[in-house]
Amino acid sequence: MARPMTITEKILARHAGATEVKPGQFVNVRPDVVMANDITAPLAIDAFLASGASRVFDPARVALVPSHWAPPKDILSAELVHKMRTFARDQGIEGFYEMGRGGIEHVILPEEGVVVPGDVVLGADSHTCTYGGVGCFSTGVGSTDLGCALATGETWLRVPESIRFEFNGSLGRYVSGKDLILFAIGQIGCDGARYQAMEFVGETLESLPMYQRLTMCNMAIEAGGKSGIVPPDAVTRAYEDGRARREPVYLESDGDSEYTARYTWDVSGLEPQVACPFLPSNTKPISEAKGLEMDQVFIGSCTNGRLEDLEAAAEVLRGRRVHDRIRCIVLPGSDRVWRAAEKAGLVAIFVEAGCSVGPSSCGPCLGGHLGVLSAGERCAATSNRNFRGRMGHRDAETYLVNPHIAAATAVAGHLCSPDDLD
Amino acid sequence: MSGRAHIVGDHIDTDVIIPAGRLNDPRPEVLARYCMENLDPKWVEGVSQGDVIVAGLNFGCGSSREHAPISIKACGISAVIARNFARIFFRNAINIGLPIFECPEAVDATEDGDVVSFDMGAGTITNETKGLTFQAEPFPEFMLGIMEAGGLVEYTKHKLTNAS
Ligand code: SF4
Repeated sequence: MARPMTITEKILARHAGATEVKPGQFVNVRPDVVMANDITAPLAIDAFLASGASRVFDPARVALVPSHWAPPKDILSAELVHKMRTFARDQGIEGFYEMGRGGIEHVILPEEGVVVPGDVVLGADSHTCTYGGVGCFSTGVGSTDLGCALATGETWLRVPESIRFEFNGSLGRYVSGKDLILFAIGQIGCDGARYQAMEFVGETLESLPMYQRLTMCNMAIEAGGKSGIVPPDAVTRAYEDGRARREPVYLESDGDSEYTARYTWDVSGLEPQVACPFLPSNTKPISEAKGLEMDQVFIGSCTNGRLEDLEAAAEVLRGRRVHDRIRCIVLPGSDRVWRAAEKAGLVAIFVEAGCSVGPSSCGPCLGGHLGVLSAGERCAATSNRNFRGRMGHRDAETYLVNPHIAAATAVAGHLCSPDDLD
Repeated sequence: MSGRAHIVGDHIDTDVIIPAGRLNDPRPEVLARYCMENLDPKWVEGVSQGDVIVAGLNFGCGSSREHAPISIKACGISAVIARNFARIFFRNAINIGLPIFECPEAVDATEDGDVVSFDMGAGTITNETKGLTFQAEPFPEFMLGIMEAGGLVEYTKHKLTNAS
């Protein structure tokens, strides 16, 4: 009898040309997609050239996305972006996503059907784990790893152990996948899944829409996870229908697979969560964080910058005004999202409410530009990290929340839920 | 190789090691100036060539930015000893040739300013001040291969040469 395997083990086995792999084993895999952004690609290109390579292994399998400094904020960052776009042109890489036809890599790649169920995806960005939402194995690496993968079309991976997270019960109003993952990280800590694959299952997941699954897998790295994955189901198939650019491979975990830990939570009464400074694991229910005054609200990022996330924020902001003390920045996660938001009237709602709607960019998420915080400022953000200095000055503070909470906070001027508005 | 220990805590993340605002100029000598800026803006001033970082749990968590181990190496740090490392940082350090050791016992026994030496090949760490030697977690053979080749770029170079 073959050893029962988790979905992660099955995907890695297929890409390693093996019938079976075990956690702890080192395997050489051929990724389906290799991705880098404007911060990591320049160093990856240096590593690629230093390895003696001249052509990428397969231009059709490479994605290069300028998202962090989109648009470039100064000459230095412009030069890095320039290096990347020149490389893309020279190498015939069609998957170069220029501003206006791009956005944040983790929003674009699933949305465009570039990454599909059953894939192995290697990305020079820690949030590459996002794509697990569609049922593939995707993980972040550094630039040297990526540059060498561009040269050879291969990389080495240690097969991770898996942890099973089962969520049961139906979610309350204003509670989303963001809250499930914040809650889970709060429970296990920001190294609770170090080096491991986080598999999300259960009754709650069955009805969880794709954009929220992507949000959950996006934050696997915030628990130290190597990857996050939601095994494909009817929701996945419906999402991929007409979208996937390659034939998806739908796999599932064997019932008797081995997990290093199993968590089962009834999340019926779960409140929206807030991760307080300076760790994503420092979570509280909104009722315990309520009232804290903010200076900025950021709605966007690869965590919560999808169309439905903007709809959630607009639902709260419709007919309301952003509080005087708040600078509210809305950045749709991709240009496709931007256009759809415009068409659906969401952009008008934001602008009427007094938000500043900007380009599809990482923007303030990483404290790079477009909304950097000063000392003493506090920001409620729909992004994924609140480390010291993440969004600007080391004495600025970031509170991680879902889009409903962010929007309500923008209106009230302090952390609160839409239920707390008049 | 020996140097003084700089103790840092648990979960030292990449935004603390080198904030995003400093990534627009990725030259090692420039990144070196801002290493650990968000822990203490004056941190690098206290580092002498050869010093080591002694850290707690999950060192290097957060971003995939290789600028983090590069800034550590470029500011003069010769090795990082931690209880354990975040996954991407671990890979990046090996790939760029920054020696790292997982050794909770050495972390427990070391105080700020102790003189520490290490032997990469043997995987040992010696606290010279206290006269104690520790054995770190051995590297998997697979990774030793990368390190012996002089990092991942060299390793890949061999692979490409052999293939053609
Ligand atoms: S939105 Fe934030 S977390 Fe996501 S890729 Fe951009 S900088 Fe990274």
